[in-house]
Amino acid sequence: MELTVTDLAVARGGVPVLEGVSFTLSGGEALVLRGPNGIGKTTLLRTVAGLQPPLAGHVGLDREAMAYAGHADGIKATLSVRENLTFWADVFATDRVGEALAAFELEPLADRFAGNLSAGQKRRLGLARMVVTGRPVWVLDEPTVSLDVDAVAMFARAVRAHLGGGGMALLATHIDLGLDEARVLNLAPFRARAPEPDDFDGAFL
Amino acid sequence: MASIWQYANPKKFIDTTDRFLPWLSALALICLVVGLVWGFFFTPEDYRQGSTVKIIYLHVPSALMAINAWLMMLVASLIWIVRRHHVSALAARAAAPIGAMMTVIALVTGAIWGQPMWGTWWAWDPRLTSFLILFLFYLGYMALWAAIENDDTAADLTSVLCLVGSVFALLSRYAVNFWNQGLHQGASLSLDKEENVADVFYHPLLVSIAGFVLLFIALVFLRTQTEIRARRMRALLARERLQ
Amino acid sequence: MIALLIRDMKLGTRAGGGFGLGLAFFLIVVVLVPFGVGPETGRLSLIAPGILWLGALLACLLSLDRIFALDWEDGSLDLLATSPLPMEAAVSVKALAHWLTTGLPLVLAAPVLGVLLSLPAAGYAPLVLSLLLGTPALSVIGTFGAALTVGLKRGGLLLSLLVLPLYVPTLIFGAEVARRGAEGMDNTTPMLMLAGITCGTIALLPFASAAVLRVNLR
Repeated sequence: MELTVTDLAVARGGVPVLEGVSFTLSGGEALVLRGPNGIGKTTLLRTVAGLQPPLAGHVGLDREAMAYAGHADGIKATLSVRENLTFWADVFATDRVGEALAAFELEPLADRFAGNLSAGQKRRLGLARMVVTGRPVWVLDEPTVSLDVDAVAMFARAVRAHLGGGGMALLATHIDLGLDEARVLNLAPFRARAPEPDDFDGAFL
Repeated sequence: MASIWQYANPKKFIDTTDRFLPWLSALALICLVVGLVWGFFFTPEDYRQGSTVKIIYLHVPSALMAINAWLMMLVASLIWIVRRHHVSALAARAAAPIGAMMTVIALVTGAIWGQPMWGTWWAWDPRLTSFLILFLFYLGYMALWAAIENDDTAADLTSVLCLVGSVFALLSRYAVNFWNQGLHQGASLSLDKEENVADVFYHPLLVSIAGFVLLFIALVFLRTQTEIRARRMRALLARERLQ
Repeated sequence: MIALLIRDMKLGTRAGGGFGLGLAFFLIVVVLVPFGVGPETGRLSLIAPGILWLGALLACLLSLDRIFALDWEDGSLDLLATSPLPMEAAVSVKALAHWLTTGLPLVLAAPVLGVLLSLPAAGYAPLVLSLLLGTPALSVIGTFGAALTVGLKRGGLLLSLLVLPLYVPTLIFGAEVARRGAEGMDNTTPMLMLAGITCGTIALLPFASAAVLRVNLR
């Protein structure tokens, strides 16, 4: 399995932000996207995950192979940690709740309401969801926000285990994860230039 | 081959409509003046309804256009959904306030006509009620356009609303008919000649209907141009930020 | 799909889920009506079916924005969109959960509130039946409205403006079933129309809601 992105252009709020992005990711590889704020990392990840259509170009892997984690964790405060994960396990038809709890050391918290967790613990719960999905490609947007040093290491271990199982990871992050094997793609050269105003509906642009 | 879709290019649309607009407007004005003056001053008074019947020259055309404007929006929305021409979405947006205004004119002239005829400004008659509901649909449609910042998102959402709304508007029409058989007279116009109003009233009515149709087209052209220019302005500003 | 239903039911009924708010609102509307129109039993029993339908409709409307708003805010909606669950199914399940936590309790409460409005004895069965047939349509149509306005700040008022005109046919036929029932008239025709509207909306509207939701997630 291989994730091939060819000549991708993405737009945010109708304005093109990135163009000509191409990369290939094969089993066991991780790619870290870097670039200044507002360059379009989130938009690119959402496009790859199939949440929004690309402006141009092609994502060469079905979105069914991808698991996406955005800025928000999608955690329900009135459900317990275990219930939150069990729900996603049911949706993705897997039974990896135990594995996920173990990977992010959430067992002691399993029966607590998610609303009572700290920000870092919530983040760990959100990332544990990726393990639950059982999908080969992890698309992670700023996964380490509000994680402490130990938790970042925990996350790096989980990613490494995922890669070890033939998985792939596409991450946008600013900090050093200690994932030395991960390749880095700097997005700054792909910033979109203003388009030529002569296409069909061109008078708008 | 030149296809009709070439006019979906905003530039081409503006150039073409610019050439037609003066003629259309002039023709609309002539038709309206002729139709209304002829209707108001040169037709006999109805033996039963007296001079009140003359409001028909405003009431019927505006009511017709209120419905036709929605149909035009429906077609434009479908074109946007299928072919994604921005001009089409903008034309639908441009037509909505005109249609809403026509609905208001139809309702107000209807009330003015109804007062002497039925002794009441308003009755929950099926036709009146469905027009009021149509007005609500126009309001919702315009409010949704106004509420969404991203133009393409707004076009998508309002198109679906227009589609779904059309089905429900039709349903409401039949529901309202079922709910209350009304006071309103039958249709003033139909293809069946026997059912029509007498010729003396009929001809000026046709002229003023033509006037309303032309007025509607001219206004839609004008407003679509405005929408295109506003959109282009926003696009240029966005482009400036990009550089 | 069942997992989503169970989760939404749990969320709806646990603390802060707003379960019971709709019921309380329904009760308050019914209590306020006699203050507005006067306490004469005859007049109240005449308007009882209509008031009960209107109250149920407004109570339903009140909770619509919760269908997607919470999932939108905490990001679950993005995650659901990337899950194996088709959006159409998710939307249908959400509408079903909304009906089970809002519509069904309203149906069950309506006869009790009917007593307050001195609904004629013959009117109870048609009232409950019409609500049972009609409230699913209210939930499904409302889900469409909620999907349209999900990304908007302060979308609540707009949601009402969009959804209420769409409620007109359901309200007309539903209230007609209840009214004719209360007056001892034949109500087969409106009943069939009501059932038709409900079936039609359940079958078709989730596609529109899903399409709209996808646009809003972009």
